[in-house]
Amino acid sequence: MIKTRNQPTGDRNWKWGAAVLSVVVVFPLAALVWIATSPAGDIWGHLITTVLPGSFATTLWLMVGVGVITIVIGVSTAWLVTMCEFPGRRYMDWALLVPLAVPTYIVAFAYVEVFDYTGPLQTWLRWAFGFKNSRDYWFPELRSLGGAIFVMSMVLYPYVYLTTRASFMIQSASLLDVSRTLGATPTSLFFRVALPLSRPAIAIGASLALMECLNDIGAVTFFGVRTLTFSVYDIWLNRSSLAAASQLSLAMLLMVFALLWLERQGRKRQKFHSHGAAKHRMPLRFQLSTRGSVLALVVCLLPILLGFVVPALLLADSASRRLDELFSDAFLSAAGNTLTLAIIASLVTVAVSVVLAYALRLRPGRKLQSAVRLASIGYAIPGTVLAIGILIPLAALDNFIAGQAKVWLGFSTGLLLIGNGTGIVYAYVIRFLAVSYGQIESGLAKISPHLDMAARTLGRTETNTLVQVHLPILKPVLLSALLLTFVDCMKELPATILLRPFNFETLATTVFEAASREAFGEAALPSLAIVLVGLLPVIFLARTSATSFRTKTTKRLAPADPVPTAPAE
Amino acid sequence: MRSTVRAASALFMLTAATTASMPALADGEVNIYSYRQPFLIQPLLDAFTQETGVKTNVIFAKKGLGERISAEGENSPADVLLTVDIGRLDGAKQLGITQPVSSDVVNENIPAQYRDPEGHWVGLTNRARIIYASKDRVQQDTITYEELADPKWQGKICTRSGQHVYTIGLIASMIAHHGEARTEEWLVGVRDNLARKPTGNDRAQVKAIFSGECDLSIGNTYYMGKMETNEKDPEQKEWAKSVKLLFPNSEDRGSHVNLAGVVLAKHAPNKDNAVKLIEFLSGGNAQQIYAETNFEYPVTPGVEVSDRVKSWGDLTPDTLSLAEIAKHRKTASELVDKVGFDNGPAS
Repeated sequence: MIKTRNQPTGDRNWKWGAAVLSVVVVFPLAALVWIATSPAGDIWGHLITTVLPGSFATTLWLMVGVGVITIVIGVSTAWLVTMCEFPGRRYMDWALLVPLAVPTYIVAFAYVEVFDYTGPLQTWLRWAFGFKNSRDYWFPELRSLGGAIFVMSMVLYPYVYLTTRASFMIQSASLLDVSRTLGATPTSLFFRVALPLSRPAIAIGASLALMECLNDIGAVTFFGVRTLTFSVYDIWLNRSSLAAASQLSLAMLLMVFALLWLERQGRKRQKFHSHGAAKHRMPLRFQLSTRGSVLALVVCLLPILLGFVVPALLLADSASRRLDELFSDAFLSAAGNTLTLAIIASLVTVAVSVVLAYALRLRPGRKLQSAVRLASIGYAIPGTVLAIGILIPLAALDNFIAGQAKVWLGFSTGLLLIGNGTGIVYAYVIRFLAVSYGQIESGLAKISPHLDMAARTLGRTETNTLVQVHLPILKPVLLSALLLTFVDCMKELPATILLRPFNFETLATTVFEAASREAFGEAALPSLAIVLVGLLPVIFLARTSATSFRTKTTKRLAPADPVPTAPAE
Repeated sequence: MRSTVRAASALFMLTAATTASMPALADGEVNIYSYRQPFLIQPLLDAFTQETGVKTNVIFAKKGLGERISAEGENSPADVLLTVDIGRLDGAKQLGITQPVSSDVVNENIPAQYRDPEGHWVGLTNRARIIYASKDRVQQDTITYEELADPKWQGKICTRSGQHVYTIGLIASMIAHHGEARTEEWLVGVRDNLARKPTGNDRAQVKAIFSGECDLSIGNTYYMGKMETNEKDPEQKEWAKSVKLLFPNSEDRGSHVNLAGVVLAKHAPNKDNAVKLIEFLSGGNAQQIYAETNFEYPVTPGVEVSDRVKSWGDLTPDTLSLAEIAKHRKTASELVDKVGFDNGPAS
C-alpha cells in the first residue's frame, strides 16, 4: 500500500467519499447475502433432483452457443473491415455496431412476430406452396434454446466485433507487415498471427456478451428457456423462497466472477501489444477480388440485417399503423419518464464513477480497490434480484426517515425514496456502474501522472486538478460513458417494473405489458423508440472510431488496472 | 452551524414530504398494487372514482408485489393488493401483509365460501379453467380433465407453463380429487400429449390452435371474450373464431375454477377508502362490470353472467373448497418439476 503523502485535509475526503459510495453501492449485495443466510427450508433437495440440473445445462448451452456464434461473427467481420478492402467497407465498419441498439427482449419479441405462424415468413411460405396450416410443413420453433441463442447472438456479437476490431487495428501495421514480408498468406496471417494476438480482446468482448446473456430475463421468459436466471425468478416468485433464490443468485455470481476474471486476464495481457503500437498507421488492406468482395459484403450484411434491419423494419411497420399513439398521453408520459430517469441515473452513475476512479488513482490502496471491484459487479446481478436487494435497505431507510419525521416534525413522510423513484435510480446506478466505471478508469489511466504532478506543483489541490485538468481531457470518455449508461438505463426492465412508483410507466414497461398480452402491435411504438434512442451511442461510437480510432481503441483496451500514480518517495 | 443543518434538513423533509404525499398520502385516494393487468381493472376503477370521488393509484407487475409490500413495511403506501388465484391470496396472508376486512357490506355480498374465514382475503370473481378446442379438428363437445392424458390426444395439446399459478391450481384440484400418485400418472400422460414445450400465455395457446399446431389448449374463459372483442388487434378475433369452449367434467364434479380477489394491506394508510373500494368491488355495479367487460363469473349472487359468456356454454363449477386446493399447491408444484412437465413431451 502506498503511504499517504502530506495532504491538505480537504483532499483526504476523496478516499472517504469513495469508500462511502462503494458501501452505498455494495449495500444491496450485502442485503442479498444476508437474506441468503436465512434458512431456505427443504426446497434444495427437491430443486437439485428436479429443476436445477436442467437449468444449469440450459444456461451452459446458451452461453456456449452465444459465445461461439458471437465470436465467429464478431471476429470474421472485424477482420474483413480492418484488413480487407471491398466496396462498402467503410459503411460496414460502423453499421456492424448498429444491432447493439436493440435490447434482447425486443429482438426476441420481434423475431417471434417474424417467424410466427401469422408472421410474414410463414404466410409467404403457405402462399407460395399452397400449405393450409402448420401441419403441412415443418418450421423451426423459435421459442426454444436454439431460438434464444440465435436472437441473442444477433444483437450481442457487436461486443466481440468492437473489441476485436480495435485489437486488429492496434496490431496492424508493423507486426502484420513484417509477417507479410516473411511470406505469410492472408489466411495464415489471420490464423497464425492476428488471431492469437487478439485472443485477449476476443475474451473481453465475449465475456461482455455472455454476461448480458446470463443476466437476460425478458427474452428467456418469452421463449420459455429455463436458464439459471429464470430459476432464480421461479424459486422466488412461484415457490416463495426468497432465501433459496438469493442463494442461487449468489451461486450464479460465481459464474460471473469467472467471466470477470477472464475479462481481467484479457485486459492484462492486452498491455503488451498496446504499448508496441504507439505509432499508428493503417495497415495495408488486402484488395479483394469481385467474388471475394461479394462474399465479404454478404458476411458483413447478414448480421446487420438479422440483428437490426429485420426487427427494426418490422417494428417500424407495426408502429407506422399506430402513429396516432405517438401523441397519446400514455406514450408521451412513458417517454418523459424514461428520459428523466435515464438522464438522472446516467449523470449520477458517471459522477460516482469519476469519484471512485479518481480516488483510486490518488490512493491506489488494496482495500479501496476491492471495494470498487465489488461495487461494479452489479452489472451481473439479475435485475429482479437486485431490486429485492435494494428494496430491503431502502425501505428500512425510508421507514427510519418516516419515524424520525414523525418524532421531529409530527407527521410521517411515508416511503420517501421509493415513492419518488429514487429506488429505480439507485438500481440503475448499481447495475450500470461497471459500464461507465470501466471506461472512466481506463480513460484516467491514459492520462500521464506527470500532469497530476505538474498541476500539483502549480498549487492546484487534488479536486482542482480533477476539475481543471482531468475532466476536460476526459470529455469524450465522459460523454461516451454517459451515452452508454443512458441507453442501458433506458432499456432496463426487471428492476424498473418492481421499483416503480404509482401510475408510472416507462417505454420498457409499456413494451413489457403489451408483450405479456401478446399484443405485438401495441409494443411496436415504444420498442421502436427505445431502439432509435439506442442508436445514439452507437453512432457516437462509430463517429469517434472514424475520427480518432486511437482514442477509442486505447480507451477500450487500455489496462483496466490503474497505472500507479506516482512513485512512492 | 448545527442549527442550520437542522433547519436545512427540516426544510428538506418538508418539501420531500409534500412532494411525496401527492401520490400516496393525500385524502380521497386509494393505492392499489395489482397483479391484474391495468386494462382489466381500469373500467372498474373508473366506475369507483365516479361513484365515490376517491382517486385510484395503481402499480401493476406480474410478479413480486407481495414481496415489495412486505419489504416496505409499516410505511408501505399499499392499501389493497388485487390478485388472481387462491394461491396468491393465501400467499399474501402467509406473508403477513394483510389485515382482516370487517365489513357487513362485503360479508353480505360475497358468499362465505369465497372469503377467508378470518377475513384476510376476499374473492371477487370466478374464472373457469376450461378447454379450448379446434372447431375443425375436434368433433366431441364434452371432455374431462382426466381425458387429457388419453393417448388419443398425443401431440395435440398446448398449455402454458406448469408452474403458472393457474396450472398449479388445476393440478392441485386433481390431487384433491384423485390423490398424489394418480395425479402424477395423469400429469405424465398430459405431458406426453403436449404438442410443444409449454410457452406463452393462454392466448398464445389459442393462436397455436388457430395455426394448426395443436387441437386442444387449456385456458381461462375470459380470454375468449378478450379475443373476440379485440378491436386493437383484430387478428385475435380470427384466433377466437377457430375455437370452441369445452367445459370439462360438466357431467360429474364440474369444471375447475380459480378465484380472483383482493386483500387489505396490513398497514394501509387509506384504510377507509380501501374498505370502500373492496365494498364497491363486491357490489352489484362492479360485479356487473366484471361480467360484462371482463367476461368473468361474478361471485355475488343475483348478478348474471354476460350474454357473450353464456354463449360459450354453461359452467358447472367444481365445488371443491378453496382451502383444499391451496393445501395441495406445493405438492402440485413439485409434481410439475418431478415429471419435467415444462420440458415438454418425453421423446
